[in-house]
Amino acid sequence: MLDPVPLAAEKPPILEMRGISKNFGAVKALSDVSFTVREGEIHALVGENGAGKSTLMKVLSGVYPAGSYEGSILFDGEERHFRDINDSEKLGIIIIHQELALIPLMSIAENIFLANAPSKFGVIDQDERYRRTKALLTKVGLHSEAPETLITNLGVGKQQLVEIAKALSKDVRLLILDEPTASLNETDSAALLELLKEFRRNGITSIMISHKLNEITEVADRITVLRDGRTVGTLDCHEGAVDEDEIVRRMVDRDLESRYPSRTPKIGDVIFEVENWSVYHPQHSSRQMVKNVSMKARAGEVVGISGLMGAGRTEFAMSVFGRAYGRDITGTVKVHGKAVDTSDVHKAIKAGLAYVTEDRKQLGLILAEDIRKNVSLAHLGGVSTRGVIDDISEMKVAQEFRTRMRIRSHNVYQETGKLSGGNQQKVVLSKWLFTGPDILILDEPTRGIDVGAKYEIYSIINELADAGKAVIVISSEMPELIGTCDRIMVMHEGEFVGEVAGEEATQENIMRAIMRRREK
Amino acid sequence: MSTPQEAAVAPKAGTGFWKENLRDYGMLISLVVIVIFFQFATDGILLRPLNVTNIVLQNSYIVIMALGMLMVIVTGHIDLSVGSVAGFIGGLAGLLMVRWGVDIWLSIIACLVVGGVIGGIQGYFVAYFKIPSFIVTLAGMLVFRGFMIAILGSQAIGPFPPIFQKLSSGYVVELISSDGGIYLTSLLIGLVLAALLVWQNFRSRSRRMLHGVESEPFGFFVGKNILVLAAVGYVAYLISSHRGLPNVLIIMAVLIVAYGFFTNRTILGRQIYAVGGNARAAELSGIKTTRLVFWTFVNMGVLAALAGLVVAARLNSATPKAGTGFELDVIAACFIGGASAYGGVGKVTGAVIGAFLMGVMNNGMSILGIGIDYQQVIKGLVLLGAVCVDVYNQRR
Repeated sequence: MLDPVPLAAEKPPILEMRGISKNFGAVKALSDVSFTVREGEIHALVGENGAGKSTLMKVLSGVYPAGSYEGSILFDGEERHFRDINDSEKLGIIIIHQELALIPLMSIAENIFLANAPSKFGVIDQDERYRRTKALLTKVGLHSEAPETLITNLGVGKQQLVEIAKALSKDVRLLILDEPTASLNETDSAALLELLKEFRRNGITSIMISHKLNEITEVADRITVLRDGRTVGTLDCHEGAVDEDEIVRRMVDRDLESRYPSRTPKIGDVIFEVENWSVYHPQHSSRQMVKNVSMKARAGEVVGISGLMGAGRTEFAMSVFGRAYGRDITGTVKVHGKAVDTSDVHKAIKAGLAYVTEDRKQLGLILAEDIRKNVSLAHLGGVSTRGVIDDISEMKVAQEFRTRMRIRSHNVYQETGKLSGGNQQKVVLSKWLFTGPDILILDEPTRGIDVGAKYEIYSIINELADAGKAVIVISSEMPELIGTCDRIMVMHEGEFVGEVAGEEATQENIMRAIMRRREK
Repeated sequence: MSTPQEAAVAPKAGTGFWKENLRDYGMLISLVVIVIFFQFATDGILLRPLNVTNIVLQNSYIVIMALGMLMVIVTGHIDLSVGSVAGFIGGLAGLLMVRWGVDIWLSIIACLVVGGVIGGIQGYFVAYFKIPSFIVTLAGMLVFRGFMIAILGSQAIGPFPPIFQKLSSGYVVELISSDGGIYLTSLLIGLVLAALLVWQNFRSRSRRMLHGVESEPFGFFVGKNILVLAAVGYVAYLISSHRGLPNVLIIMAVLIVAYGFFTNRTILGRQIYAVGGNARAAELSGIKTTRLVFWTFVNMGVLAALAGLVVAARLNSATPKAGTGFELDVIAACFIGGASAYGGVGKVTGAVIGAFLMGVMNNGMSILGIGIDYQQVIKGLVLLGAVCVDVYNQRR
C-alpha cells in the first residue's frame, strides 16, 4: 500500500472528499473513498472502467445530490451539500464530459455563452459576447477561429478546446476533464496537455480522468488510483519517478507480464492486396482523401496503420470495405490473388473482409438490441434455413462467442447498450468473427476501453493472426501498434509515407516518417 | 466473472420474469381490463354476438394497415398518407368495377398493384432521396386525397357487385347444416385455431426446454395457454352464434400470422428491426438499408389498398370521405401497442392489440352514448397515457 502523501506540507487542499460511499441498489459503486486535491495541482484519477471514477465525479459535481451518498465533501475547507450541478458550478467546479455537450449548428460564441450570454435588458449584447469569446479563444490557443464559426465545422480537438473555453467563461476554479484526449490525435492531445500546464501556472486546479498513462505521467502532479470503488492510493509524481507499469499494477491488482501479449509470427502468403486506391470526399468532390495507395497483407500477419488524425486511415479502410465511405473510388482489391468485387458492404463481407469500426456506438452496435442479435447481424444466413432464423442456433452461436471472447454479461440476452466499452467491443468483434473473414481491419480497436480489456483484445488479435488471418490494425496509439504489429505502415495526408518493420518500430521512427513528409 | 455454465442457462424465475415481460403482456392485460369494464358498463351489450362481429368488421381495415405501419415505424419512418391512399383506392375500385364494369378480380389486382406503386413512389423519395418520410407522406396525403376527389367528382359511386361486397360483409360458407343458431363450421375453425396456437406454444417451449433456454415459469405457461384457449374459443363461440366467421376476419387472421412470422423469424424481418435500431451500423453489417426501407413502403401501399377495398366493400360505395383520418387510428394503434417512435422496437401482436384496444373503446363508448367529441378526447388521452407508461417501464 502507498502511504498517503502528507497534506499539511504544501498548499492547503481545495477539495477534500471524505469517506464517500454510493450504492445503486445492491451494487456498491463507491465504498469509503477518500480523495484530496490540492490548490493549483493537476490531479489524475485513474482506474479500470467501472472502478468508480465517473461516479465519484458525479457525486462531486452534484449530479448525485447530497443525501444520495454517504460521506462529506469539503471545498475551500467548508462542508458542501450540492443539490444539483448548478450548485457546484457556482463555486467554480466545472466538469467536461467525455461526450461533448456542444450544439453543432450553433456558433462558438453561442455555445460558450449558452446559458449566461451578456445582455442588456434581456437582449443579447452581440459585441460584448464576440469580444469575450475572442479573449477566451485566445486563452485556449484557438485564436485562429472566429467566434461565429459553427461547431460542426470544427474538428474534435478544437471542439474540446471550445468546451474548455466555455468552462473558463464561468470563472472555473476546479476543472474536471473526463477522458479529454480519448478522441484526439497526438498533436491535439499535446496541445491540450500544454494548456492544462498553463492553467496550473495560473492557479486553476484540474482533475483529469484518463486511460492514457503516458499523458498522465507527463502532466500530473499526483495520481489517485481507484479500484472496485475503493481508493487504492495516491502517488506523488514529485517524489521520485512514477512509472506506467506501477500504475497499471495498482489499477488491475494483478501483474500483467507485459501490456502486450507475446506472439511468434507465422507469416504465410500474401492474401490481401489493395492497388492504386483513390477516394474522394463524399461532399467536397475535389478533395482527394486517399491518393493512389497500395498495400499488402499476408496470412498470419498483423499490419499496423499509423498516422495522425485526418491522415485518411479510416477513409481508406471504409472505402475498401464495400465503399462505405467516399465517392469516385478507383483501384483494385485482391483476396488470395484474385480481384474481388467490393462495391457494397455485402459483397465485401462475402469476399472475406471484415471491418471493425472506430465508433462502436454509432456504427458498430444496435445498442437497444441484445448481444445475441448483434452477434448474428452481419451473418444471419449462418443461423437460418431458407430465410428463416433458427433462434436456438442463433443463441448457441452467441453463447459460444460470449465464452470465447469472455464477454462479461448476465447472459446473451443483455442489451449491448448496458455493457462496458470493452465488452461492447468484444461483441462487435464477435459479430465480425462470425462472418468468417480472412482479412480483418480493426479501426482503433481499444479506444476508450480499460487496460485489462485492452490486453484481452490484443490476445484476440494474436489468436486471429495465429489462425492464419491477415489483421490490419489502425490506431492512434503508437505504443499499441509497436506492441502488437509485425509491420507498421505510416499514413499521412492520404498516402503511405513509410513502413517500419516490427523490430525497428519505435515512436521516433514513426514520427520521423510523418515529419519527413511534412517538410517536403 | 461469470463462467460459461452460468451463461448457458439463464432462468429468471417468478417476479424477475414478470418484470422482464411486463411490457409484452401489459397491453394485453389493458385490453382485457377495458373489455371487462365496457362489458359491465354496457350491461353486457359489448360481448353480444352481433356486437363482437361488428367490432371485428369495424376494425379490420385498421388492423390490416397497422401491420404495414408497424414495419414502417420500426424502420424509423412514418406514413401519413395511408388514409388518403385507402380512400383513393376505394374510389379507383368504384371507377373500375361500377363505372367501367371491369372484371372484379382483375380490378382487385389492379387496385393492389396501384397501391404498391404509390407506396413505391413514396418509398423511393424516402429511401433513395433521403427526404424525411413525414414530409413525403404528408405530401402524399394531400395528393391522393386530391386525386380521389378528382376521380369521384365529389359524389359517391355504388353499389358494388355482390361478389365484391362479400369481401367485407360475407361469411364463411357453412358446410355443416346447423340448427339452434350456432354456425358449426365457424365454431370448429375457431376451436382448431385455438388448439393450433396452444400446440405451437407447447412445441416451442419443449424445444427451448431441450436446449435449456426456457425462462418462463411452468405455471405461467399453463395459465397463459388456458387463457388463450378460453379467449379464442369464447370469441369463436360468440361469432359463430351470430352469423359465422366474416370473410374479412379470415383475411385478417392470415395476415396477422404471416406478418408475425415475417417480423419475428425471417432474416428480412430481423434486418428491418436492425435498420430502425441503428441504420448506419446495419449498413456496415452488409444490410441493404435503402432497399429495405423502399420495400416497407411498397408493402404499406399494398396493405393500404387492401384496406381501401375492404372499406369500399363494407360501405358498398366509394365515397369521397372514405379513409379520412384512418392514418391517425393506425399510427395510434402501433404506438399504443408499444412501437417506439425512434424506430427499432415494436411487435405485430402489439399493433393488433393496440388496434383492438382503440376499437373496443370506440365501440363501447358509442354504446354508452358518449358523443364523438368526448370520444376523441378520451382516445387522445389513452394514447398519451399508454406511451407514458411504456416509457416509464423502460426507464426503470
